[in-house]
Amino acid sequence: MARIVAFLTRTRAGKGRMDWTDWVTYGYLLFGIVLMFGPVAWLLLSSFKTGAELERFPPRLLPVAQDTLVVESYDEPLPLFKMIAGDQEGRTLAQIRRVGLIAQMVDPAEPETRLKVNVADREPIERIAFAWNNYTDLFERLNFPLYLWNSTAITLTATAIMLVINSMAAFALSKYKFRGKLTVLALVIGTLMVPGTVLLVPTFLLVSQFGMVNTLWGVIIPGAATPTGVFLLRQYMITIPDEILDAARMDSASEWKIFWRIIIPLSAPAIAVLAILAIMWRWNDFLWPLIVLSENDKFTLQLALNSFQGEFLTDWEKLLPATVLTLLPVAIVFMFLQKYIATGIASTGGK
Amino acid sequence: MANIELRNVVKRFGALEVIKGVDLRIEHGEFCVFVGPSGCGKSTLLRMISGLEDITGGEVLIDGKPVNNVSAAERGLSMVFQSYALYPHMSVRQNLSFGLENVRTPKDVIETKVRDVATMLQIDQLLERRPKELSGGQRQRVAIGRAVVREPLGFLFDEPLSNLDAELRVEMRGEISSLHRRLGNSMIYVTHDQVEAMTMADKIAVLRAGLVEQYGRPLELYNRPANLFVAGFIGSPKMNFLEGRISADAQTEIVLDSGERLNVPAGKFSGGPDQRVTIGIRPTDLDLSEDGIRLDVGGVEQLGGESHIFGTTADGRKLTLHAQGQTPVAIGEEIRISVPSDRMHLFDTQSGKTLLSA
Repeated sequence: MARIVAFLTRTRAGKGRMDWTDWVTYGYLLFGIVLMFGPVAWLLLSSFKTGAELERFPPRLLPVAQDTLVVESYDEPLPLFKMIAGDQEGRTLAQIRRVGLIAQMVDPAEPETRLKVNVADREPIERIAFAWNNYTDLFERLNFPLYLWNSTAITLTATAIMLVINSMAAFALSKYKFRGKLTVLALVIGTLMVPGTVLLVPTFLLVSQFGMVNTLWGVIIPGAATPTGVFLLRQYMITIPDEILDAARMDSASEWKIFWRIIIPLSAPAIAVLAILAIMWRWNDFLWPLIVLSENDKFTLQLALNSFQGEFLTDWEKLLPATVLTLLPVAIVFMFLQKYIATGIASTGGK
Repeated sequence: MANIELRNVVKRFGALEVIKGVDLRIEHGEFCVFVGPSGCGKSTLLRMISGLEDITGGEVLIDGKPVNNVSAAERGLSMVFQSYALYPHMSVRQNLSFGLENVRTPKDVIETKVRDVATMLQIDQLLERRPKELSGGQRQRVAIGRAVVREPLGFLFDEPLSNLDAELRVEMRGEISSLHRRLGNSMIYVTHDQVEAMTMADKIAVLRAGLVEQYGRPLELYNRPANLFVAGFIGSPKMNFLEGRISADAQTEIVLDSGERLNVPAGKFSGGPDQRVTIGIRPTDLDLSEDGIRLDVGGVEQLGGESHIFGTTADGRKLTLHAQGQTPVAIGEEIRISVPSDRMHLFDTQSGKTLLSA
């Protein structure tokens, strides 16, 4: 802990003093943190806000809720106010209703007497409160688990299929000599130049011909082989010495065995990178699932999030916590595997 | 336990002919070395024997059976690679057992074989380590162990010592030789280092540009090189060459380009009058003398036990002389050297072939 503190408070001038470069450096880093983490922190805090607090303008950073009290002869809990001016100054009153600038209030101690006060004379009694029910509602009232399952199923299956197909293609393109090898490679890389939007309609026609519209397979199959993945793995596999494969051949290993026992383990760093990328691509994919999936019970998380947003009304209380939960898995995957991304990308020569 | 035969073997990469018809026969139990400068096709030839490279023309036979269409796995040979080519993600034990697993050897048999080979090569302490945790010499032993454990018909070595430092190379050279004596298998060993070839081989095949220049026992190649290339390649230090022509008057006399004359023994060489010839003479065979070929000394290396004298002849050819012990000769001096006629090699300058009469 002491070392972490020492690390974080290190300065160029040393001994706790700040050089001007330290100011610039820390300022720049702080700016970066605010820029990158600001929106995420804002989202996270807002996801715990009540509906009223979300509507509030100007907005506040922390989730705050007004204290309420159940007053005799009123069904609903009433919001509490502290009077700061006027006749009732110093008393704590509960509001029954508000009409324009005048509010009807009641003292919880004597619920029979109704008081009329000016809204300017009072201040709400508030405390920081996390609206956990935003989250529990997702599970109780919405079919969140189903969307989570759909997204997970698509992500995992698509990633697994993609890794198998891409690594086999990359193996062939990196380690075998055959007629037309360069042509195939050029074609694979060439597809990178075709914009995805151009392919939407033809791919949809294909998927619908196969009867896969509104099925999870319709989302999984078209993304099963990606040129980026083939290229990334090929670049890595090229660096595996041919002599190792020759040695395995002399050791009576079949080509299939060479692939599974030699190539795959040795390409693990590149495969890890591709796996992370694939998980993120699939998980965050929105447009293609939106096109293929039309029924509510097939929706992925991203589509479900979209459905909280209407033309005139946005259900922020559900949208925000659902967004947080959607972000969570990728964030965790990324956190644990990010070191592979750096090393893997560096060694594959990819971008 | 096999003899390996090559019959007019040819290899082409597209239009480029790399191996231009090689005939060789390696008898059972022989240690055969392919030696030659880089790019001469020796490694390609080895890979064709192993089955890793296709054969464009001709035949490779193992024990008399053509194996052109037999895969590398089924030829019953094992190979040690220049870069060792150990499986980096497997422990030494897994490296050794991988081949046996592939041919479905029972677990307990694998266990015994791996242990025996590891003990023999003194790597039994390293079985759980990964290749990257081993030194160069240890990796080399594992690579050899991997070849040995499968009990192949023959071994193929592709420049296995070129990644080791000089001291270790000498040590491993001895170990491979003793391994050969112990196992008695046929071995083919590729190297560009003629010292390795001379010290280890039963037979040497000198290759150049896809052709076998000479195939024979090491001393045979040293004493009776078939052509200029073999003469220059085999033997360290390199053989000296002088240019001249056979005298028009006497068959036993050669007129050097410098005008000096040399006598050759009658009947040892064939060749007509006025034929251009190249005289080859090893640096160790030259003697200092009162009369003989003139040499301007350009450099002297005194090693204590022996000394090297570098000089230039009257017609500008470089000549090296190795003398035992220490020499009084100094740079800038002019000395005379004699060429013992019984140690002389004579080649036709144009074709490069030896003029030694059979």
